[in-house]
Amino acid sequence: MNVNKVKGAKRKLDALDCLLIVLAALPIVACMVLKVLTNPASDGINISGPLIYFTIPTPIQPLYVTESQINSLAVILSVLFLCIFLTRGLKTRPDSTRQIVAEWIVEKTESLVKSNMGTYFSSFPPFIAAILALSALSSLLTLVGLFPPTSDLNVVAGWAILVFILITYYKMKCGPLHYIKEMASPVVMTPMNVISEIATPISMSFRHYGNVLSGSVVSALVGTALQGLSLSIFGGLPGPFGSFPYFRIGIPAVLSLYFDIFSGCIQAFIFAMLTMLYIANGFPEELYFKRKQKKNNKNDLIKSEVN
Amino acid sequence: MELAIGIILGCCALGAGMAMIAGIGPGIGEGNAVAKACEAIGRQPESKSSVTSTMIMGCAIAETTGLYALVIAILLIFVAPNMLVDILKTAVGA
Repeated sequence: MNVNKVKGAKRKLDALDCLLIVLAALPIVACMVLKVLTNPASDGINISGPLIYFTIPTPIQPLYVTESQINSLAVILSVLFLCIFLTRGLKTRPDSTRQIVAEWIVEKTESLVKSNMGTYFSSFPPFIAAILALSALSSLLTLVGLFPPTSDLNVVAGWAILVFILITYYKMKCGPLHYIKEMASPVVMTPMNVISEIATPISMSFRHYGNVLSGSVVSALVGTALQGLSLSIFGGLPGPFGSFPYFRIGIPAVLSLYFDIFSGCIQAFIFAMLTMLYIANGFPEELYFKRKQKKNNKNDLIKSEVN
Repeated sequence: MELAIGIILGCCALGAGMAMIAGIGPGIGEGNAVAKACEAIGRQPESKSSVTSTMIMGCAIAETTGLYALVIAILLIFVAPNMLVDILKTAVGA
């Protein structure tokens, strides 16, 4: 879209827009308040899994509702309200910056999907954009001090299993028989094929989870080291001045630039990219279209005979 | 009992350190990938963006083996000692 056209008439935010912005920020703030209220202040830094907020008793095993589930729900709500805000009051001639942003996002995702998956998968951009937004925003939650849901294996494994189901669905497009035949194409390699099939979701989830987790572990270790350093240097000062960790101001932010922002966004992109490539590669395109053509021809023949 | 717990903790830490030897592989691999990408950009500067994005994809995939080692090391440090000490305690009956 032409950006220059917009500069003339800019639409102002009305009450509903402001409400949507507040609603988009509210879940994150609510998560922070919940964490502050339930998490007692602790000395230094401890590396641990997500906090368990409450447990639901079920007959088989107690169901733990943890920080990662609550936070990912908050991210989903936040993304939902952001999308409603961005797409409110669309016009053929855009008169607001947010419509340009929304169009830019849609166009970029569509071109990405088209260049990686081909024309058959033209209905995929919403799914890919959802994965990208959810994963990137979940990883960026560390910036506000919350537990990122992507550093919990359960969350990422859920996404990977969803992608695995999609891959298998598209591999079975030519029927389960064709799928089994592809699996056992050289008969000797069948076990290897089965293993590589199962390894797909495992490697996808471990890649994402390991990257985010390693970032938080390294950040926590550096924070602890800097705290110890400042205590050993300024420890002699009286009262609260001695116990204040001076070196933890600003210095960990340099690491956060790589581990939180760059790594989080890159991992989101890679997860979406691998999703696209696996699905597109698993789909036997030529055979599917050949069979479709054959079926159509048969139908036409029957029709012409009936006529 | 203390000796046994000490051996468990020490061996867990040792195992975690040895697991991270796997970090060498991805390091060499990613270094190679980046070197080749630099060569390619030097030869064809106009294809810089596509080479860069492909390189980042490849680096991230090559990193996976290192991350498996990292996950195992983290399990050995934070999860395994408690579990093994519990097993030991139930076995001894204390």
